[in-house]
Amino acid sequence: MDNLFNLFVRSIFIDNMIFAYFLGMCSYLAVSKTVKTSLGLGVAVTFVLLITAPVNWLVDTYMLKAGALSWLSPQLADLDLSYLSFLIFIAVIAAMVQLVEMVVEKFSPSLYNALGIFLPLIAVNCAILGVALFVQEREYETIGEVTVYAVGSGIGWLLAIVSLAAIREKIRYSAVPKPLKGLGIAFILTGLMAIAFMSFMGIKI
Amino acid sequence: MSDVKVKKEKDPWFSPKNLSLLKKPFNIENPVTVQVLGICSALAVTVQMKPAIVMALSVTIVTAFSNLIIALIRDSIPSRIRIIVQLVVVAALVIIVDQILKAYVYDVSKKLSVFVGLIITNCILMGRLEAFAMANKPWPSFIDGIGNGLGYGIILVTVAFFRELLGSGKFYGMKVIPDAFYKAGYVDNGLMILPPMALMTIGIIIWIQRWKKPELQEKN
Repeated sequence: MDNLFNLFVRSIFIDNMIFAYFLGMCSYLAVSKTVKTSLGLGVAVTFVLLITAPVNWLVDTYMLKAGALSWLSPQLADLDLSYLSFLIFIAVIAAMVQLVEMVVEKFSPSLYNALGIFLPLIAVNCAILGVALFVQEREYETIGEVTVYAVGSGIGWLLAIVSLAAIREKIRYSAVPKPLKGLGIAFILTGLMAIAFMSFMGIKI
Repeated sequence: MSDVKVKKEKDPWFSPKNLSLLKKPFNIENPVTVQVLGICSALAVTVQMKPAIVMALSVTIVTAFSNLIIALIRDSIPSRIRIIVQLVVVAALVIIVDQILKAYVYDVSKKLSVFVGLIITNCILMGRLEAFAMANKPWPSFIDGIGNGLGYGIILVTVAFFRELLGSGKFYGMKVIPDAFYKAGYVDNGLMILPPMALMTIGIIIWIQRWKKPELQEKN
């Protein structure tokens, strides 16, 4: 339990998707103009991560890893399909995003309207594939760990995009040098925020 | 971009139009600093020059060939499932690149870790496929892919150059700052190795570029 909580806090603050790995930067910079839309995108990313990361982990453990197919028949025990993982992961993500879109549209039209335009965008958000690949690389052992890590990363991403949007809303009234306006200052702000987030480094619960 | 679409007569392979496709991404249509594409997987590999160069080459190869393949089959892709088709083409190419890297430059491949896989979701690829390859002939698309890949690479290598030089006093893994400097009290800037400074460096590159080219500045 302690381990899971530690992983959760780590994935939000220390291994933050934006500030430590720069994943999902494209939509991070493009959508962070107002707090409201960035909140919608952040929630959508967390939601999709919560679903895709465990599914990808299951696929990886029971289909792709070396010897993972041995449950099917003992002859397959020395089969290693891990070179296919990129293709399978991105297919799972694209399919899941489509599925989530349809389910949300059916059962919660209001949520669908709030997330609507962002959902298809998420399939190509690097943070989603990034989490799947990090889970594979770090060899998390239980589905609990994977889920907690995925949700933590999603919340970390949400935190980053909402705070950048809040700052960008305010900075509109400041005298930023002309060549820095817009994109340039967004980069520098993110850099400064990343420095602030570095102070969490080494925290252990 | 539409000027290429309307041409009917056959152009020579390196016509001025095609060459401008190659040159523009270095300058006023740079994928990173102007189109804001492909920052995702880029910055984390810029601590040293070597992984940055390998990453830039990999991305160039994948962009060029995925542009070529999609441009060849663009008429037979139903528009409803085009994103999936594009992702499959890109993912297949990235798997090939990943296997080659693992076979020939294993240490760099270990350093790049998940970021090779993340080329798949690199926005440059999807951006160029959607904006260019879906509407243009194979050869211009191929050139556009190379141009954008290299335009992305040049930013990556520039950032890596400054981070490696200031952060660890090296250039492509060789010590360039003489020992006498260190004896005189010079200290490497440890902050340059950490993630935040990659963002700052890009910010400064954008600053300089837009200061030189006022037409790129944002209005509000």
